[in-house]
Amino acid sequence: MTGAEIAAAARTQNSVIPRRSSGDATRSAGFVLLMYSAVGIAFVGLGAIIWDFASDGVPVLSWDFITSFPSRVIPANSGIESAIVGTIYLMIICAVLVIPLGVMTAVYLEEYAEADNWFNRLIEVNIQNLAGVPSVVYGILGLAFIVRGPLSMGPVLLAGGITLALLVLPVVIIVAREAIRAVPPSIREGSLALGATQWQTIWKQVLPGSIAGIATGVILALSRAIGETAPLLVVGAGVSLRFNPEGLDSAFTALPIQIFAWTQDPNQEFVARAAGAICVLMIILLLMNSVAIWLRNRYEQKW
Amino acid sequence: MAEPRLAASSGAQGVRVDLTRTPTARSRFETGIKIALMAAAALSVLTTLLIVGSLLFETIEFFGEVPVSDFLFGTEWTPQFSAAQQSFGVIPLVWGTIYLSLIALAVAIPLGLLSAVYLSEYAPNRVRKVVKPVLEILAGVPTIVFGYFALTFFSPDVLNGLLGIGVGVFNGLSAGLIMGLLVLPTIASVAEDAMSAVPASLREGAFGLGASKLQVSLRIVFPAALSGIVAALVLGASRAVGETVLVLVAGGQTPNLSLNPTESFQTMAAYIAAQARGDIPAGSIEYLTIFAVGFTLFVLTLLLNIVSIRLVRKYRQVYE
Amino acid sequence: MPDNVRDDTAAHAEHASLAERAVEHRQQASVEEAAAARDARPEAAEPIFDVRDVAVFYGDHRAVTDITVKLAKRQITALIGPSGCGKSTFIRVLNRMNDLIPTARVEGQVIYHDQDLYDEKIDPVQVRKRIGMVFQKPNPFPKSIYDNIAFGPRVMGMKGDMDEIVEGALRRAALWDDVKDRLKTNAFGMSGGQQQRLCIARALATEPDVLLMDEPCSALDPISTGRIEDLMLELKANYSIVIVTHNMQQAARVSDMTAFFTVELDAGEKHRTGRVVEYAPTDKIFTNPDDKRTEDYVTGKVG
Repeated sequence: MTGAEIAAAARTQNSVIPRRSSGDATRSAGFVLLMYSAVGIAFVGLGAIIWDFASDGVPVLSWDFITSFPSRVIPANSGIESAIVGTIYLMIICAVLVIPLGVMTAVYLEEYAEADNWFNRLIEVNIQNLAGVPSVVYGILGLAFIVRGPLSMGPVLLAGGITLALLVLPVVIIVAREAIRAVPPSIREGSLALGATQWQTIWKQVLPGSIAGIATGVILALSRAIGETAPLLVVGAGVSLRFNPEGLDSAFTALPIQIFAWTQDPNQEFVARAAGAICVLMIILLLMNSVAIWLRNRYEQKW
Repeated sequence: MAEPRLAASSGAQGVRVDLTRTPTARSRFETGIKIALMAAAALSVLTTLLIVGSLLFETIEFFGEVPVSDFLFGTEWTPQFSAAQQSFGVIPLVWGTIYLSLIALAVAIPLGLLSAVYLSEYAPNRVRKVVKPVLEILAGVPTIVFGYFALTFFSPDVLNGLLGIGVGVFNGLSAGLIMGLLVLPTIASVAEDAMSAVPASLREGAFGLGASKLQVSLRIVFPAALSGIVAALVLGASRAVGETVLVLVAGGQTPNLSLNPTESFQTMAAYIAAQARGDIPAGSIEYLTIFAVGFTLFVLTLLLNIVSIRLVRKYRQVYE
Repeated sequence: MPDNVRDDTAAHAEHASLAERAVEHRQQASVEEAAAARDARPEAAEPIFDVRDVAVFYGDHRAVTDITVKLAKRQITALIGPSGCGKSTFIRVLNRMNDLIPTARVEGQVIYHDQDLYDEKIDPVQVRKRIGMVFQKPNPFPKSIYDNIAFGPRVMGMKGDMDEIVEGALRRAALWDDVKDRLKTNAFGMSGGQQQRLCIARALATEPDVLLMDEPCSALDPISTGRIEDLMLELKANYSIVIVTHNMQQAARVSDMTAFFTVELDAGEKHRTGRVVEYAPTDKIFTNPDDKRTEDYVTGKVG
C-alpha cells in the first residue's frame, strides 16, 4: 500500500484505545504488593531488632552502668566502663593510622598515578579486593603478624587498633578517592595555569575542596570499625576486664566484645546487660553518623 | 620561596627572563611528596601480601601434618578431640557456610531486589527519603546486634513461639534468616544504584510504546542493569560467607553436615573466631587449623569478589 | 540579583555605542597600520612568540602540524577556524598546558624572550607564571574573590602588599568598582560574565606579559561578551593577547592579526590534522585573503 493509502485507511478506522487487560492489572497489583511487603519486612525487621534490644536494655541503663566495671559474677554490679573506654581508644588509634595513610594513598592514585602503569593498576585491584575480605581474616592477620609473629606485641590495645585500621583502610581510600574525584578538572587547570605546582594545587585547591567528603567518609568508616567483633575476638581482646587500658601495650576490651560475652552467658541478667551495652553502642553510632551527615550537608562543596 | 618581582612588559626590553628549571628547595619538596605518597599507596599492597603470606605460610605447615585430601574431603571436623580421635575434614564447615549463606540469600535476594526495584522505579521522592535511610541504618547495625536478636528473640519467640518450628537454642535456620536481613541492604543498595544508572531515555522509549510500569521495570530496566544486579548478588553472597559473629552467637559451635536447619551449625568464619580465642599454643595443630580454614575462606571470598568486580567493569562499558 | 541588573542595564546603553566605537577603532587602526606598513609589517616587529615548525602529537596522532608564526607583542592575535582544527591545542602549546595530558608531545620551538619554551631545561611552572590563561568556561575557585586573585601571587611568593596587588588586578580587569565592597564573598555568587572577568583579573595578578584566552566569551551572554571585548582592547596596551574564537565577528572586532586554521584529512582519510592556512592582519583576512580556503570560511561558504 502506498503511504497515501495507509493514511486514508487510518482516517476511516475507528480509533479505539484498548482497555487494559484484567490480567495485566492483577499482575501489576500483585507486584506492587510484593514490593511493599519486601520493604515492609525490612522495616519490621529493623523495628523488631531495635525493640528487642531497647526493651531489654533500657531498664539496665544508668550512670552506674556506664561508669563501673564488669563483674564476672554479679550482673547487677556489672558496668561497661572498660568496654566504652576501650572502644574509644581503639577508634582514636584507628583514626590516627587510617586518615593519613588513606588520604595519602587516595591523593597518589587520583593526582599522580598514570592509569596504565602496572604498579598503579596493582594497587587499585588490591584495594578493591581488600574491601571485600571478611573481617575475621583481618583478625587472623593481626594475630599472626602483630600479636604474635614479627611484631609480637601480644593481645594489646595497639594491636587491636592496627588491625581495625587495616580493616577500614580500603574503605577510607575508596571514599577519599571519590571525594577528590568530585573536584572538577577545571579547578586544577586554573590553578596550574597560574603557575602553581602540582602539590600546591593539591594542597590549596583539591584537598580543601574535598575535605568535607573525606571527613564524612572517614567518620562512617570509623563507625564501622567500632562495631566489629570478629577481628577483635581473633586478636585476643579481653573480656570483662576490671580496668581501663593503661597504655598502648595494655590488655583491652571493647563494647562489641563485652556484648558478645554477656549474650552468651546462661544467666539472663547478664544477657539483659548485653542489651544495655547494645543501647550504648547504638547511641554512639547514631551520634557518629549524625555528625557525618551534618558535616556533609553543611560543608559539602557543590560545584 | 620568594621570586623577584619581574618587570612587567612595558619597557622590559633586555631583561632576561629566566624560566629554567633549577633544583630549588621547592622542587625537591615536590619530588619528596610524590615519593611519600607512592609509599603510602604501596602499603595497601603490603597488606594483601601480609594476609596471603600469613595464611599461606601456616597453611602449608598445617598440611605438613594433615594430608590435603583429608582436609578437603573429610567429613568430620573435630580438632577439639584428643589427638588420636582428631579429624580434620573441612567439609562440614564449608557446608555450614554454604548452607547458611543459601538460606540468607533466599531471603535477601528477593527482598533486596524487590526493594531495589521499588526505590528505583516506583517510590515517590518523599517515600524514598524515608526508605533509603532505613536501609542505610539496617546496613549500619553491628552484626553482634543481629546475633543478639537472633538468639534472644527470633529463635525462641518467632521460630519456636510464633511459628511453632521446633528449633534448638542454636540453630542454622535462625542464623541464616537473620543473616538474610543483614545482607538485604547490601543487595538492595547496589542493585538500586545499577537500576538508577539506566538512562531515562530507555524508559521513556518503552513508555512511549505503551508499556506499563511493570513491563518497563522488569523487561527494560532490570535486564539493562543486569550486570550491576548480579554484582549486587555476588557482593551479598560474599558478605554472607564472611559473616562471623552472627553465626557464632546464634548458630552454635557444632560443625554439622546435615540438611536439618533446626540443628546447630558452624561456618568457617565462626570456627576461626571460636578457635582463636584463648591462649592456644602457637604451632599447635589447633592453632594451625585457624589458618587452614582461614585460607579456604579467603580463597572463596576472593573468587566471589573477583567475579563481582569483573561484572561491574564489564558492563559499565555498555553505558560509557 | 540587583547588582547584576544594574550593571547590565547600564552596559546595555553603552552597548549600542560599542559598535560605533569598534568601527572608529578600526578606522584609526587602519590609518596607523597604513603608516606602519610603510616601515614594516606589524608582525615582524619584535614578536612575543616566535613559533617555529611546531607540531603536537597525542600518542601517534598528529593533531596540529607545520605551525610557523610570529605572534606580535602588545597586539591581539585571533586564532579562528572551524571546530576541531587545533586552535585550542595550539594555544595551549604557548604556556605548556599540553604537558598535563600524558600522551601529548610537542615538536618544534617556541621562542619567548630568547628562550625556547620546550627546551628541556625550562620549568613549565615558571612559564605559566609569565603567561596567563583564561578558559572557555569561567573557573573561579570556591573561595572569596580576594583569595581567588591572591592565589597566583601567593603561590609565587610575590612580595608586596597583597591588598594592593588584588586591587590592582581587579582595576585592570575593570571589576574593582563592581566588587570592592564584597571582596570576601564567595566567587561562586557572581554572574558568569563577572566570573570570567574575575578569571582575567586572577591571571593578571601574577604580572604576566601575555594573556592567552581560549574562547573566553563562548559561555557568556552578548552583553558580558561586549564588556570583555572592551577589556581586551584596553589590556592590549600592556599585554600581548592571543585569543581563540569560533566567532568570526569577534575576531574582526578586536584583533590586529588573525590566523586561520583548517583541518586536513590524511591520505587514508583516518587522521585529522590542523594547520595554519593564512596568518595576516585582520583586515586583510576578512576583506582580501590570499587563500581560497580562508575566503570560503570568512564569507560563510564553508563552516
